[in-house]
Amino acid sequence: MTAKIVDRVMTAVFYLIAALLVVLLVGLLGYILARGLPKLSWTFLTSPPQSLSAGSGIGPQLFNSIYMLFLTMLFTVPIGVGGGIYLAEYARPGRLTDTIRAAIEVLSSLPSIVVGLFGLIVFVYYTGWGYTLMGGALALMLFNLPLMVRTSEEAIRAVPHEQREASLALGVSRWRTITDVVLPSALPGIVTGAILTAGRAFGEAAALIFTAGMSTPRLDFHDWNPLSPTSPFNPFRPGETLAVNIWKVNSEGLIPDAKEVSAGASAVLVIAVLLFNLMARFLARVFYRRMTAAKL
Amino acid sequence: MTDSLTSAPPRPVWVVDRWSETRALEEAEDRAVSQPAAEGAVAIETRSLNVYYGDVHAIKDVSLKFYRHEITALIGPSGCGKSTYLRSLNRMNDTIPTARTTGQILLDGVDVGRPDVDVWALRKRVGMVWQRPNPFNKSIYENVAFAPRFHGVRKKKDLDEIVERSLRAAALWDEVKDRLHESALGLSGGQQQRLVIARALAVEPEILLLDEPASSLDPVSTAKIEELLFELKKRYTIIIVTHNMQQAARISDRTAFFLNGELIEYADTKTIFTRPSRKETEDYVSGRFG
Amino acid sequence: MEAHPLIAGRRTREGFRDRLGYAATLLSVAVILVAVAAIYLFVFSRGLATFFVNHVNVLDFLFGTEWRPTLTESEGGPKFGVLPFIVGSFIVTFFSALIAGPIGIGAAIFMTEIAPSWGRKLMQPVIEILVGIPSVVYGFTGLTLIVPFLREHAGGLGFGLLAGILVLAVMILPTVTSISVDALSAVPPEIKAGSYALGATRWQTIWRILMRASAPGFVTAVIFGMARAFGEALAVQMVIGNGKNMPTSLLEPASTITTVITMNMGNTVAGSVENNVLWSLALLLLLMSTVFIFAVRWVGRRGRLMSR
Repeated sequence: MTAKIVDRVMTAVFYLIAALLVVLLVGLLGYILARGLPKLSWTFLTSPPQSLSAGSGIGPQLFNSIYMLFLTMLFTVPIGVGGGIYLAEYARPGRLTDTIRAAIEVLSSLPSIVVGLFGLIVFVYYTGWGYTLMGGALALMLFNLPLMVRTSEEAIRAVPHEQREASLALGVSRWRTITDVVLPSALPGIVTGAILTAGRAFGEAAALIFTAGMSTPRLDFHDWNPLSPTSPFNPFRPGETLAVNIWKVNSEGLIPDAKEVSAGASAVLVIAVLLFNLMARFLARVFYRRMTAAKL
Repeated sequence: MTDSLTSAPPRPVWVVDRWSETRALEEAEDRAVSQPAAEGAVAIETRSLNVYYGDVHAIKDVSLKFYRHEITALIGPSGCGKSTYLRSLNRMNDTIPTARTTGQILLDGVDVGRPDVDVWALRKRVGMVWQRPNPFNKSIYENVAFAPRFHGVRKKKDLDEIVERSLRAAALWDEVKDRLHESALGLSGGQQQRLVIARALAVEPEILLLDEPASSLDPVSTAKIEELLFELKKRYTIIIVTHNMQQAARISDRTAFFLNGELIEYADTKTIFTRPSRKETEDYVSGRFG
Repeated sequence: MEAHPLIAGRRTREGFRDRLGYAATLLSVAVILVAVAAIYLFVFSRGLATFFVNHVNVLDFLFGTEWRPTLTESEGGPKFGVLPFIVGSFIVTFFSALIAGPIGIGAAIFMTEIAPSWGRKLMQPVIEILVGIPSVVYGFTGLTLIVPFLREHAGGLGFGLLAGILVLAVMILPTVTSISVDALSAVPPEIKAGSYALGATRWQTIWRILMRASAPGFVTAVIFGMARAFGEALAVQMVIGNGKNMPTSLLEPASTITTVITMNMGNTVAGSVENNVLWSLALLLLLMSTVFIFAVRWVGRRGRLMSR
């Protein structure tokens, strides 16, 4: 009898724990959105920040976040997929492969601030660039490469071996087999991985404080020349992102409405994260359905 | 080694319009090989071939000659090495890291097991079809056009021609000609297998290796494939691994019986099935084991 | 001798592409290898400069409790004791893991054992979204929700170790949960079936069979959570209060290794003693995260040995 009672009690405990997690998420999202959504307006999303007075917008930061995301994915996706291809298609069991896997593991568990500090030495001091969007994008790339490599390796491995054999047996080269037969089939998994990576990159701040900096020069949004110092598209200018901005206004506390501004920015970040998550899920499901439907 | 290289007349491997030329040549040979038991021209042969997977000695000292325009069946119980042997003929075992091969595989008098042999050229001449149909996740057209394009056919017109010719040769053209650009994965299993055969024919091989090509298909599709093989034999040399005794007896000219990685007996099919000289062969073909 | 077409060699274009493609993938891998090597190299060389160039005593650094980098020589300074920060890091890591460990493992058991169908379908997205929320958003929530709450109900400023612990516990909870789920899913179903067949209740099966079989996986999950907590910078910095003294209570403002680096790296001149000391802290951080990785590997190996 007692065993049964204990069993019931413990079952209830597990339900409570699960409920706690759900409440935690709902509460967190509800809090951020309830505080931040009222703040969101077209003016808030497009106007520049104030350095000392109230009424800041997050226009340049939002732009920087999106542009930085674009820049970093430009590096992360090809190199990540390249690494995934190497590990799934070329790597032979042995010392080199063990070393590569260990390196990826190490890189993936390094604190992001350490990656940021490394970026400070290399992309800020050593190159002489100073704080730049490019430096931030490269630091973010290092930080995100392990995830991209791992997801693409998994996606590539999931392609049936017979597909490769069929192509190789036709006398087609290994590389063309990979690019023309394997990668198209692995694309859904790779795209999902890229979206997850993008979501992580969008909210990252610690790796950017010391690489992309905490300020944005006065930008002229009519200037589309990427070489001009006031052009928003110049990758070699400092660029504070949304996430960095949230941290900065709260720790510096120079503007009176820091909490309100951060609440709005947090809401934007959280909405972006939710969108990335939904997108990844939706794509995964569409691709899954297409693949399974085609096989019937 | 060098002698055997120069003694064989060099064949133009990459010339695409070889089709007609070969056909004329082969029609002439067709007449010569009307009697299966006669010793025709050797298409490919192995001498003392050994294959190891790691420590496992999978193929033991197999010497075999395959003749042009014949169907040769490789039979034997599961795990006897017949598939491994088949895969070694176009060096597909190279794709398995632990596999190691010794001995000779002679095509045109060239030992194609040599490391300096161009495996792309070899595999173009020795095509392969598997047990389970494995079309690419592409359109029907692209499935067939993929390899010829890699091998240098660029013009749309030429590719169209190759696609039609290959699909006709695989007896699939009439069924798919109106949906060439739809996904190949929408085809039925039997159609997929014929597509895979068409795909292999598109690069104009001389030899086709088939690894139980009908074992995952229904009886109607199987009959279609067998009929097709009979047709294809006029132009190609066919080596087929099969589990199905009746199939081997129905379609093949010669049969090789494998057991535990060894070649036990090799003779024309009639002999193997009616009066084999080895006890193991008799036991196997009469269904006593395997 | 005329080249035989089978041996004539690959046509240059595709052959070149084939080799180029391989080289490109190798290059991608090389980027990772070089980056990891460079990270260690740079952090080590900068971090050790404190001791070899500026001749700060390692023991004074590691065990000193006074952090007064601007104190002049005549006043007896500067002093670079970082023990309070090391202690701070370990305290927030340990306590946040203590909270998140049981809850995360419990949630994982719920997902795999109690309600494998709908529970998993519901919790999987919850966990993925929790993982995805940026750390500054956690920090901001801590700052505007947890800190005022603590100020009202626990006394003090609200900023302090406890606020950091709570924020970190929430942050690492999804990490612990998802790795624990993997561990539980890896348990062969026959083991469970055997237990149920003997008349054991679900809890008895979980407690006696599953907990033992998945123990290495749970340890791994908690270590990963600790690694994340130890390395987190911004969220902690926003709520911990940034006190410089040795913490004596969980409600007092304190600092961790990461928060000190975050606060001061931008305000010191590269190459100065103070700056080098911060790099020494970064080195400590790097060493600790290496320790976590090796711990995970070690547990993984032990786990495999045990399950044999």
